[in-house]
Amino acid sequence: MMTLLLIVLPLLGALSLFVMKGDSIKKTAFAISLVTFAMAIGAWINFDASNLSQYAFKQDWIPSLGISFSVNLDGLSLLMVLLTTFLTPLIILSTFDREYKNPLAFYALILTMEMALIGVFVTQDAFLFYIFWELALIPIYFISLLWGGENARPITFKFFLYTLAGSLLMLFAIIYLYLQTPEHSFAIEAFHKVILAPETQSWIFWMLFIAFAIKIPVFPFHTWQPSTYHMNSTPGTMLLSGIMLKMGIFGLMRWLLPVVPQGCIDNADYVVILATIGIVYASAIAIVQKDFKKLLAYSSIAHVGLITAGVFSFTDNGLRGASMQMLAHGVNVVGLFFVADILFNRTKTFEMKDMGGIRSKAPWFATLFLIILLGSVALPLTNGFVGEFLLLLGVYEYSNVIAAFCGLTIILGAVYMLMSYQKTMLGETSAATKDFTDLTFNEKAVLIPIAIVIIATGLYPKPLIDLVEPSVQYILSFINI
Amino acid sequence: MNLALLIPVLPLIGFIINGLFGKNLSKSSVGLIGSGAILGAFICTVVVFVSFVSGGSAATTVKAFDWLVIGDTTLSFSFFVDQLSLIMMSLVTGVGFLIHVYSVGYMHDDENYNRFFAYLNLFVFFMLLLVMGDNYLVLFTGWEGVGFCSYLLIGFWYKTPDYNDAAKKAFIMNRIGDLGFILGLFVMFSEFGSLQFTEVFADAAQYSEGNPAILGITILLFIGATGKSAQLPLFTWLPDAMAGPTPVSALIHAATMVTAGIYLIVRSHILFNLAPETMCIIAWVGAITALVAATIAVVQNDIKKVLAYSTVSQLGMIFIALGVGAYTSSMFHLLTHAFFKALLFLGAGSVIHAMSGEQDIRKMGGLKKALPLTHITFVIGCIAIAGIPPFSGFFSKDEMLAHIFNDSPALWVVASATSALTAFYMFRLYFLTFSNGFRGTDHQKHHLHESPSSMTTPLVVLAVLAAFGGVLGLPLELFGLEHGHFLQNFLGLEDSSFDLSHETEIFLMLGAVALAVASWLLAKRIYKEKQTLPAENVTGIQKLFVGKYFLDEVYEKVIIRPFQLLGNALYIFIEERVIDPVVNAFGTLSVKKGNFVKQLQQGNTGFYIFGIVAGVVLILVANLIWFR
Repeated sequence: MMTLLLIVLPLLGALSLFVMKGDSIKKTAFAISLVTFAMAIGAWINFDASNLSQYAFKQDWIPSLGISFSVNLDGLSLLMVLLTTFLTPLIILSTFDREYKNPLAFYALILTMEMALIGVFVTQDAFLFYIFWELALIPIYFISLLWGGENARPITFKFFLYTLAGSLLMLFAIIYLYLQTPEHSFAIEAFHKVILAPETQSWIFWMLFIAFAIKIPVFPFHTWQPSTYHMNSTPGTMLLSGIMLKMGIFGLMRWLLPVVPQGCIDNADYVVILATIGIVYASAIAIVQKDFKKLLAYSSIAHVGLITAGVFSFTDNGLRGASMQMLAHGVNVVGLFFVADILFNRTKTFEMKDMGGIRSKAPWFATLFLIILLGSVALPLTNGFVGEFLLLLGVYEYSNVIAAFCGLTIILGAVYMLMSYQKTMLGETSAATKDFTDLTFNEKAVLIPIAIVIIATGLYPKPLIDLVEPSVQYILSFINI
Repeated sequence: MNLALLIPVLPLIGFIINGLFGKNLSKSSVGLIGSGAILGAFICTVVVFVSFVSGGSAATTVKAFDWLVIGDTTLSFSFFVDQLSLIMMSLVTGVGFLIHVYSVGYMHDDENYNRFFAYLNLFVFFMLLLVMGDNYLVLFTGWEGVGFCSYLLIGFWYKTPDYNDAAKKAFIMNRIGDLGFILGLFVMFSEFGSLQFTEVFADAAQYSEGNPAILGITILLFIGATGKSAQLPLFTWLPDAMAGPTPVSALIHAATMVTAGIYLIVRSHILFNLAPETMCIIAWVGAITALVAATIAVVQNDIKKVLAYSTVSQLGMIFIALGVGAYTSSMFHLLTHAFFKALLFLGAGSVIHAMSGEQDIRKMGGLKKALPLTHITFVIGCIAIAGIPPFSGFFSKDEMLAHIFNDSPALWVVASATSALTAFYMFRLYFLTFSNGFRGTDHQKHHLHESPSSMTTPLVVLAVLAAFGGVLGLPLELFGLEHGHFLQNFLGLEDSSFDLSHETEIFLMLGAVALAVASWLLAKRIYKEKQTLPAENVTGIQKLFVGKYFLDEVYEKVIIRPFQLLGNALYIFIEERVIDPVVNAFGTLSVKKGNFVKQLQQGNTGFYIFGIVAGVVLILVANLIWFR
């Protein structure tokens, strides 16, 4: 029941907003997202990680087709739900000092998005997975289109079409798999039992992989991402980068590796190489960016490239690292995009050369930005290190040469992040930054929890690793047959 | 709770208090908290040290908490208390405390006083993790942490772009080494299935010399060491790091952090002993670095830059000794170097303080009278580093040189040449700064003053250590006791065999002393008696030295520029002219093909939902027709 509640609550919340007016809209939205987070924490408190199906809810939906509304939580799902429900209140809070037109629709869409995202992470039925997957696209589509900046229309269209093309491939794959199940069922256990010839597995693999790869995005399927992130309103960018892209990585772990293991093994080399190219490629491009938000967009491509490579190492370290890094990347990237938002809010620009000297004007902001930056460059005792170390170790176990290339992210990440910090925060103030004011209460309320999570999960990640460990071993049990 | 846990925690508490609340505290409380935290850590270290020795010197592991799960093992955040870590802990907290006290005076007029002490405390915290970790990952945590604190402190005066560049450069060059380090850990983990010192070293006993995995591990760890300990090809960040306040240069860039690479190798010496090829590389990298840095130091005119290149050169000397397997001597010189180089940096800070911020030794001179205490302690530092008896540097350097000669006369020639250069540039620095007449402005002359006691007291203590630190390495035979010396017997490291006769040893020692004294006299003749000032325009080979072998320029042209070009090329050509157009072409193609996507172009989401429903119906129908 708990799992069902986690899905329903944000949806009911979104509907409840329609009777609200003025400021109470965003406050209610915030309150509902907080309650959802509290529920996720509640689920975590009594969680037994070794049990892979907890708080299960199952209801036949279209029995003739073997479709059921089946949701539950395992450690990996719960981790993703924790991420989603932790970030959503922060994303809502980040809008408190800003004006967004038509707040009713805006916050309703954010909550609907949360519902769909949670749905993606908890569902045990492929058909339901597909529904939630597509459902998540609708709110973000409107948020991009209606609250986006310059060129919102063509950019959103491209993003929409691109990701839809991927979804279509996924749909074909799901239907094909369904047809192969002995009992004609969309249940994930039924998919696990499907045995396909290696060649067929490869076909299915690529169809599913491309759908996920577009969402993540993995090089070279990434070209929708920088412009979409850049054009979007900050909450839109946060939803996309912080949570939505994790749908793709999560998809790899839950719906790809266990379903077509042979297809994964046969094609892992291609994926790992693409991901590695993506790391170096995106880092090199990030280094020459002059626009802070674009730089963050490319740095995100580099980070998720490493996560993808780690998943395809098929090692316990790689999968653990991927789980930890999904969490870390989500938290850090939301923090960083909020930093970009704060910079833009005060300076009216993303051009780093027009900034500088902010550190002396805004010590709170400078310190919190620095902590998030440390997480992003994976300094030990921050969340980024745990994930990055495990991922690189996993990749190393797959191929030592590739690990050396992936490891370049240690150097290149420091180059572009320190460069951006120097250009925006250090030196003397500029015309745009001379009146820079320090963080407001609400802004601190977003960035301080993020900073705390960065350090807390970096210092003591063990409970989180323990949480996903059984899920990781379960996924690997399919690969290691 | 075990007292050893408190040692790193105290500086951390100091960091948190001064970092969060320091703005609201008075300067004296900030200084008191900052220094007090380190003093507390030092006292704890002494207590732990004493109980360690009285308890039979058995190494112990103190666990803080479970940290990570790697492979099938749980890695804990634990500390290792043994001879080596105790020596390093004493050094870090002891010298660290003196430098904190010095900073109370030196940084007194800085508006960001509390931030400075917070950073300094944080540095000591990470440095203690580095030397106390019981596994390579805790060591690495400290390793990265001190690098980050070094970044913060080099760029402490963040309004100056050059300082920020120097800070960034230090961090990035260290990260290049760190990539080597972390890859080394991966090789180690896949080979031994553990990153725990005791487990790895116990397993290593089964390996024979020349094992390729061990070779890989040691070379990769050494790459890490070249970054942190400023060896070729990664040393160019250290001279730039002098942008930081002088106490930072003394603590981080002379006495403690830059010795981390040496600590790493000594800690892992069981592995390095199995890799003779790596040892050979270490020795020669150290030798070339030592000589290159010494030649640059001879032509520097910035008081801190001379000391910075001197540090690089001295570290190079230690790496030669490491490379020939003389671990005890390396640790010995690490200690004495920490004493006299911290002393020299703090002395330089006192000079700069008196000179109202001037660092160019050509504009100094005759400071002997105005700064008597600084002067006398600086002389002690110079004699110690020059290797002239009876001060500490003589003993440690002599021991290293003997071991180097024992292994390879060629390396010994390089090391001796470096020693001679060291004595020369140090006395050049001394005479230009303290002798003859004053060459600064009248304003500076009027303002000349000895530093406050908070600054001079640490100078005196360090001078005593620099003078008498050599007793750690006095041969015990002199006292009619057993073999070796105190440090050697205490550390119990597996040094390479040493079979020089006493006659050869004494001959080498006399030669080295003669060389050092000759260099001193030469410097005296040129800079005191002839009163030569370093020329503005240099010629010949000096150009190479003044240009620092043009390493920065080479890196700029060979690595940085090409990489930026690559980034721009990828962005402008591949990203925007290849990948994106291909994607768009697919899109356009499908748009032209049919109405389906055209509907989407208009943002008609109703149609989209309809699409889902239609899909469901389609499946339903298909299901009814084909599968029932």
